[in-house]
Amino acid sequence: MKIFRQFLIVVSSILISLFSVFGTASADDHKGFKLGVVTFLSGPGAEPFGVPAWNGGKLFIDLLNAGKAPAPYNKVGFGGMKITAIPIDENGGATKQVQEFRNLVQRDNVDAVLGYVSSGDCMAIPSVADELQALTVLYDCGTPRVFEDASYKYVFRTAAHAAMDNIAIAKYLISKGYDVSSIAGINQNYSWGKDSWKDFSVSIKKLSPNSTVENELFPKLFSGQFGTEISALINSKAKVVHSSLWGGDLQSFILQAKPRGLFKRTQVVFSAGDHVMPGLGNKYPEGVIVGARGQYGMMAPDTALNRWFYKVYMDKYGVFPAQPPYRMVQGLMGLKMAIEKAMENNGGKKPNKDQIATAFNGLEWEAPGGLVQMKLGNGHQAIQPHAIGKTAKDKDGNITITDIVRYNATCVNPPNGIKATDWIEAGFPGAVCNK
Amino acid sequence: MFDEILTIFLDGAIYASWLFIVAVGLTFVFGVLKILNIAHGGIYALGAYSAATIVPIFYTLGLPEEFVIIAMLFSALAVAIVITPIMERGLLRRFYGQDEVLIVLVTYAIYLVLEDVQKLIWGMKSFYVSEPREILGGVEMGSLYYVGYDLALIGLAIFCGLTLWLTLNKTRSGKIVLAVIHNPEISGCMGVNINKVYLAAFFVGAFLAALAGSFTAPLISVQVGISVAVVIESFAVVIIGGLGSIPGAVIGALIIGMARAACVHKFPEAEIFIMYFCMAGMLIFRPKGLFQGAQARKI
Repeated sequence: MKIFRQFLIVVSSILISLFSVFGTASADDHKGFKLGVVTFLSGPGAEPFGVPAWNGGKLFIDLLNAGKAPAPYNKVGFGGMKITAIPIDENGGATKQVQEFRNLVQRDNVDAVLGYVSSGDCMAIPSVADELQALTVLYDCGTPRVFEDASYKYVFRTAAHAAMDNIAIAKYLISKGYDVSSIAGINQNYSWGKDSWKDFSVSIKKLSPNSTVENELFPKLFSGQFGTEISALINSKAKVVHSSLWGGDLQSFILQAKPRGLFKRTQVVFSAGDHVMPGLGNKYPEGVIVGARGQYGMMAPDTALNRWFYKVYMDKYGVFPAQPPYRMVQGLMGLKMAIEKAMENNGGKKPNKDQIATAFNGLEWEAPGGLVQMKLGNGHQAIQPHAIGKTAKDKDGNITITDIVRYNATCVNPPNGIKATDWIEAGFPGAVCNK
Repeated sequence: MFDEILTIFLDGAIYASWLFIVAVGLTFVFGVLKILNIAHGGIYALGAYSAATIVPIFYTLGLPEEFVIIAMLFSALAVAIVITPIMERGLLRRFYGQDEVLIVLVTYAIYLVLEDVQKLIWGMKSFYVSEPREILGGVEMGSLYYVGYDLALIGLAIFCGLTLWLTLNKTRSGKIVLAVIHNPEISGCMGVNINKVYLAAFFVGAFLAALAGSFTAPLISVQVGISVAVVIESFAVVIIGGLGSIPGAVIGALIIGMARAACVHKFPEAEIFIMYFCMAGMLIFRPKGLFQGAQARKI
């Protein structure tokens, strides 16, 4: 019995030692890069936004790991490190997302987190990211307040904020001679909707001082029922109706408003309206002015990088990429460039989060949607060129975007250190609009 | 002025009708089975998905367009026929007489399961079946154009409410159900098959939930997550009207519908909380709801 007990002790000791060695080896494994990816995988934000974004991200990560992306993204993974992605569902609200973020950083020990469509989540995560010293890339959300109201060491946003979308739409309306004497808006009741409406209405007032606001509606996020709001918008008789609705809300709004003639009675503008086009197809109304939150999808520039991305996405999923996959890929490209720049500076070793953050600051890279420059928020917030167009039917009867106007990044984004609303109210000082 | 009042009334009536169709099944099931069925929202979503599945098939087969409404009706019926035995016989029956909080948790669990069932069957794709909304045309009212389908929802709500009320109060079967509501034990002693009444009542509740989903499908993008708002709004209706009361559901839906329409047109900034304001007001001044009379406490 005594011998058996000793035998058990010896075997247990060996197993514990082996486990410790194996565990240490895993923790010290520098060959891979663990990336938490957070986007909507369920709920009304999933089908039009989160899922296509993750489809694009997943595809790009696979191509990076296989070393099949074009130059300058042709190095395997991130600087030779294969990427392991841990996708997390963004559905559930900011409180849940903070917990999920902590889980990713503290339990899963990810090297970085890339995510967040919702502006509400983007307002909640950065302070936790800095508290945990976790490298975080906000790839999509739009509220300008993330870096206007605070500054963060480890947080970067690789896409322009929503001020760009609404300033560009206001400039488009004016330059094309639309009647903006009266405007109305329907935007979701949270930071994204409120900020979008404010940026648009103030821009219009600045560019056309006699313009009046006839109605401002802020239905709750994902309410899905807009019959009463549509009546109120038609009754307002505004010449232009602005909306930053997205996801299931935008789809339902279009389905409910189209038969009631809203799109024929007034000029509707959707600041982020392209992403529901692949799903709605010809149910999407004609004559709507749309933004894609950048030069994406049907409004993407004709460059080799864009042609490559458009093709690989189309080949894989059988549908054209709208803004969501473009933005996630743009974020991944930025992160890859920052990591590889940091590796150049440290002799090719796996960089730590401080080295990556230093390299990320003020970085520039070419993405399928054009040149991305981390110029705002003291090098933490991107600006990028933009495009606005109008929906029409092509010769085959399919909905498309025509009459596209492109804007320099510096034409529709404020300079560093100036809040977007202050810049708009001051009359866009320093805007460079001629290429 | 008249135009504005008419618009508020019509918008309020359309929204209230939709709310009533959604909520009446919930309140009916509570009235008979004393179950606060959170899974009601899940059944609503299944109804919407079933319509989103059957409508394209209907159009592909080239059947007469007018009958698409009947197809939607049958799709809701199919959902109720499938879901009732599984939920009522398979699960809920085991919890009758248990603590109400436990039953709420059970129905919440079923709600979560139904969400996953939707993902398993239909995936993450959105469905757009707006075609049935076009068959009834539309009418100009003042400066506005209303779609006939939306106005027909008012008729559907009145039909559902009246049918349920007349069945309960003017038929033998209805009176048996009322007897069971009043006292299931004595009803059982008098020879009423309580289990059958419960099954039938749950079937009616499930059918009404699926019907609401089915007829909402042409208005919305049918996708995972559509049931959340429905659960909250249905609860607001039954809290205002009184749990288990059909006239209460009518009044609750009308209060919320009209208040919401008035807010959107006149005080848009109040729209976000008006439903909760009505609900909170009722809980403060009449916690049992408008149509829930004082009840003797059983010892």
